[in-house]
Amino acid sequence: MRGVVLAVMLAVALPVAGPALAVQPDEILADPALEKRARDLSKGLRCLVCRNENIDDSDAQLAKDLRILLRERLVAGDTDEEAVAFLVDRYGEYVLLNPPATGVNILLWVAGPAMLLAGVGIAFATFRRRGQARAEELSEAERARLAEILKE
Amino acid sequence: MIVELGHFALILALAVAIIQSTVPLIGAQRRNAAWMAVGDPAAVVQFLLVGFSFAALTYAFVTSDFSLSLVVSNSHTLKPLIYKISGVWGNHEGSLLLWVLILALFGACAVWFGGNLPPQLKARVLAVQGMIGVAFLLFMLLTSNPFLRLEVPPLDGQDLNPLLQDPGLAFHPPFLYLGYVGLSMSFSFAVAALIEGRVDAAWGRWVRPWTLAAWVFLTIGIALGSWWAYYELGWGGFWFWDPVENASFMPWLIAAALLHSAIVVEKRESLKAWTILLAILAFGFSLVGTFIVRSGVITSVHAFANDPDRGVFILLILGVFMGGALTLFAARAGAMEAKGIFGVVSRESALVTNNILLAVSAFVVFFGTIWPLVAEMLFDRKLSVGEPFFNAAFSPFVVALAVILPLGAMMPWKRGDALRGMRPLWPVLVLALSMGALAWAMQTGRSALGPVGVLLGVWVLGGALSDFWTRTGRGALAGRMARLRRLPRADWGKMVAHGGLGVTIFAVSAMLAWKVEDIRVVQPGGSYPLGPYEVTLVEVREVQGPNYISTMAEMRVTREGEEVALLFPEKRIYPVAGMPTTEAAIDYGFLRDVYLVIGDPQENGGWAVRSYIEPFANWLWGGCILMALGGLLSLTDRRYRVAAGARRVPDGVPAE
Repeated sequence: MRGVVLAVMLAVALPVAGPALAVQPDEILADPALEKRARDLSKGLRCLVCRNENIDDSDAQLAKDLRILLRERLVAGDTDEEAVAFLVDRYGEYVLLNPPATGVNILLWVAGPAMLLAGVGIAFATFRRRGQARAEELSEAERARLAEILKE
Repeated sequence: MIVELGHFALILALAVAIIQSTVPLIGAQRRNAAWMAVGDPAAVVQFLLVGFSFAALTYAFVTSDFSLSLVVSNSHTLKPLIYKISGVWGNHEGSLLLWVLILALFGACAVWFGGNLPPQLKARVLAVQGMIGVAFLLFMLLTSNPFLRLEVPPLDGQDLNPLLQDPGLAFHPPFLYLGYVGLSMSFSFAVAALIEGRVDAAWGRWVRPWTLAAWVFLTIGIALGSWWAYYELGWGGFWFWDPVENASFMPWLIAAALLHSAIVVEKRESLKAWTILLAILAFGFSLVGTFIVRSGVITSVHAFANDPDRGVFILLILGVFMGGALTLFAARAGAMEAKGIFGVVSRESALVTNNILLAVSAFVVFFGTIWPLVAEMLFDRKLSVGEPFFNAAFSPFVVALAVILPLGAMMPWKRGDALRGMRPLWPVLVLALSMGALAWAMQTGRSALGPVGVLLGVWVLGGALSDFWTRTGRGALAGRMARLRRLPRADWGKMVAHGGLGVTIFAVSAMLAWKVEDIRVVQPGGSYPLGPYEVTLVEVREVQGPNYISTMAEMRVTREGEEVALLFPEKRIYPVAGMPTTEAAIDYGFLRDVYLVIGDPQENGGWAVRSYIEPFANWLWGGCILMALGGLLSLTDRRYRVAAGARRVPDGVPAE
């Protein structure tokens, strides 16, 4: 799979075209509902040759090709999931900017909440321990010292 | 000749840094005043040497000395002077020199402003600062020397990346570095305190201004970068969750947590170990950021040309400093006994919650940023983590933070009452809810983002104002106004910074929720509607710039027949660098920006044109400026200027 991605990257990256700005007027679908779906989906798809840009914002030729491909699938009657699955089949999971919570990726999604729970837990435990420490009686020596001070 | 002197000064600076990192440390351990005193002149001399070296490199750039390989690859004789200067730090080697210069500057500042520090603490702080200097000077001299000469100098240079030839980006790195490197002071103070085994209120008071200053610089630096992305990249986005943006955002979040927890140390002598840990982590995240930007393991828009040796070296620096500091922390944290105790409902608890939320959100950003690397190395899954993930995983923490902020900010220290604390906030809550409902009713698309943003923004801003007003006490308006002026600067700072956060939250959600976009082909002379406006493409012409060729459109924006603005969006080609850029034309307004971009010519003689209405865009930068201003106000508080209590602590008292 990675070989394919690499081949695509090389093929597309070499002939550097002039800047084609993100979504072009001629790409826009006549049906506004379909176009809206295409735009929303595009925001979650990575331009493979770019650095961390989605295909909706990217100026690269490959991003343009992916935008057109995505629109073709939608026009052909694919659902959102089918259209995205079509691209994932071809370009791999790498194309998704929002990694699906499957397999080890679950770690990525639960890391934040787990950390929050741990933080709250530690804070609470520390708090209770401190509360108990406070509740402890004064020691014999401290009591004597206190009496001494009060006498003065 | 000057270049050689600069190179030599850099090597001398390394020698001085080695002295600075050892002699005062030994002196502090042996209570030898003479040895401890070596730190002061060493820090100043190191700063002067690095400063000279930086000036020498700037001189080489300004005079276009193409015998330096760095100047050849990043400059050009035709480039305007300001970009010749900013070209000094528009590359890996030069920016590293700026990094070290600022590091040395902070060390020298500790000498100049640290007159009232106990000599032992100061000696240790300077020594730790010196160690960081040694590491980075070595890194620069061994792997990234800016002073390398070419045997056969070319006639002209290869020009600076055109994207960097921009006023916003010219000053973005210095501010960011002031922030990143400023956190090294908090780190040095934390390590010095661990060596000393003592953290008290005075320590909190010393460390807080440094953190605050670093945070203010980071805020400005991030805002400048975001503003640059907004007007330069050509589609009106302002934040992309790019690894390099994240690299600056993580230390910002941790520094925000740190400057809040340092208040607890200063006022209540609690949360000491946690504050020390945050100070270590804040600088750790700065180093992680440096690693991300300069190693190239995580590809990003801003990454400098990179090389694995450098990555390994930075990882080594990161490992040594974090490993050392955290080991020291593990050994000594137990000695940091808390004095002040507090109830579940109290200002302290609220600040703990603030700290947990900020730290966890920084951790989420960190995890998302490195996850592609981890997944590929350990699980052989090549994947991306981008904007949709961060929006989903990060935003809840911001929402939680915004919800508790007004309540926590007004909570009394030690023990409070949630219901009583809520009393001055009821009107704010009602106002926030009704404003949110109004936004819901007025908007066309039924997205919850806009109304929730309005609600939270009003809640935080109103809470900050209400808190401030409550501080003036009771009684007649005149009396309260008089007291208002006498409130400490720290209270002013708190109000302004928290208000700024409210404004920022509102602006971010408004921009995401209510942006208007239009993409179409327009014939010269043709016009089209954009929201309430009518936009006319008057003409498109070729214009020759100093070092670029521009395709410039003239576009008139009108509203009901009246001209609102005449805008000139451009497409530029920089022939030397062989790179095109888009220069959007923006009509900045109080409630909205009109944002126009000219695209490619079409076959039928028309031009592709993209237009946006960006609602409340200026409020975003305004909110960031308010946050930075709040930090500055707080920094000028009387208690830092007179440093009351600083001398009260006798020298050499062992751990409490």
